Amino acid sequence: MTHIPIDHRDVPAVPHADKITVRELDFFYGDFQALAGITVGIQERGVTAFIGPSGCGKSTFLRCFNRMNDLIPGTKVGGTILIDDEDIYASGIDPVDLRRRVGMIFQQPNPFPMSIYDNVAFGPRLHGMTRKSDLDEIVQRSMERANLWKEVKDILPRGGLTLSGGQQQRLCIARVLAVEPDIMLMDEPCSAIDPTSVQKIEDLMAELKDRITIIIVTHNMQQAARVSDETAFFLQERTGEPAELVEFGRTAEIFTSPKDRRTEDYITGRFG
Amino acid sequence: MDKRLTNRIAVSFLWFCAATTVAVLGAVILYVFVNGIGQLSPAFIFTKPHGVNFEGGIGPTIVSTLYVTALAMLIVTPIGVLAAVYLAEYAVQGRLVRIIRFAADSLASVPSIIMGLFGLALFVESMHIGFSMISAALALSFLMLPIVMRTTEEAIRAVPRYIRWGSYGLGASKWQTVSRVVLPAAMSRILTGLILASGRAVGETAVVIFTMGQAIHLPISPLESGRPMTVHLYMLAMEGINLPAAYGTALLLMIMILFFNLTARWLLRRNRRMQG
Repeated sequence: MTHIPIDHRDVPAVPHADKITVRELDFFYGDFQALAGITVGIQERGVTAFIGPSGCGKSTFLRCFNRMNDLIPGTKVGGTILIDDEDIYASGIDPVDLRRRVGMIFQQPNPFPMSIYDNVAFGPRLHGMTRKSDLDEIVQRSMERANLWKEVKDILPRGGLTLSGGQQQRLCIARVLAVEPDIMLMDEPCSAIDPTSVQKIEDLMAELKDRITIIIVTHNMQQAARVSDETAFFLQERTGEPAELVEFGRTAEIFTSPKDRRTEDYITGRFG
Repeated sequence: MDKRLTNRIAVSFLWFCAATTVAVLGAVILYVFVNGIGQLSPAFIFTKPHGVNFEGGIGPTIVSTLYVTALAMLIVTPIGVLAAVYLAEYAVQGRLVRIIRFAADSLASVPSIIMGLFGLALFVESMHIGFSMISAALALSFLMLPIVMRTTEEAIRAVPRYIRWGSYGLGASKWQTVSRVVLPAAMSRILTGLILASGRAVGETAVVIFTMGQAIHLPISPLESGRPMTVHLYMLAMEGINLPAAYGTALLLMIMILFFNLTARWLLRRNRRMQG
């Protein structure tokens, strides 16, 4: 079979086209199995939310998409994850290259202890960009896309850590956008920042999803309902047993007419 | 006994112990200051000793001390810092790393006079370098190596995990993450360790007395011998020839070490402010 490379950015958005396909995924921390038999398709250019109680493995699952779990000793993955029909756990895949295409935003805003400018220029420099004019352009464009440019354009040499928490998180988003990923993973990006900033980041997600596939892990069900197109509900039924995907579907349906009793109980606040 | 009374007794005892510490430090500084301050003058700092009783200044000994300290830093910084990077970032955390760390801690507790003897046997005698700046610097670097290595390792470990993740998440390799994010973030604490280690080198006597010689001589080449301030101080005092000059030298030494320690503190503070 010949493999025909396709540049997905040139293809117009097809609703429900799967950007990521997960089949029978198992995940282990040493002897403990955290995830079992997860099969799901993540649509391209949309927002998919992962919800569920604490410790249900949703963040673990998220870190499988950029192989961040590889950094934790003793972890093991079974099953397959395809991104653009390519198995990301295949032997020829370098996780360093993969992470450039699959950006990640963390719960704790984590600017590097360097200037605002250098934070955003970090990724492009990493991948070999050195010309000042190219860097200036990409820094400005990334910050504009992250809705941060107006606030910081006069203080670019200042330390990234001098910004407020919400601004720091948008700086981290700009830093990811500067390497032009086509997938962005967000691990509870709003849990450590103030409500006004949360609003800004949610607006930003709505703008970005035209071009980027976004997956967000959130504890906040209202947030999942506001920002996402599709929702996956995870649950670990008993301590020590692996978590499973209970239900997956259009966000509107999950929140108004869930098929599974456990989903309904969680959404209506009976546990979790 | 009444619990308020026992409390009061305990507090006064603790206060007494704390006050003793401060008082001892204060007494030493005051004693050296009072006896030494009359000696300090540009001539004392810049001119050579002369005459039977080493009248005049201590210029060459200051140069020798700074020279050997700088040379030792040049040797110990790359080795200590890179060893720490390997231990903290690359080595598989297990038995071998524990052994290396234990070796470093043991090295730190070897009495300095033994390190001096070792330097004498190895560099001065076996390697035929003779009494020289370089022999002394090599021996001193053995003394400083564990300090630099352990403080650097702590500094690297103190860089938060999520900052590394940010770098890996952008597609940085391990070395890119270490060299562009972790080391710059740990830099001020690494510098603090280096400065404290050089303060140690400035004040060291036993190692240099065995390896540098005691010629009152202004060293130019690293192969020349010299006499550091600490050794000069020992000679001035123990041979009972010039006690006032001994106090002057002691005061200068204390000022230099105080300066090193204050710089280290300032760096740490500035770092804490920057990282909010």
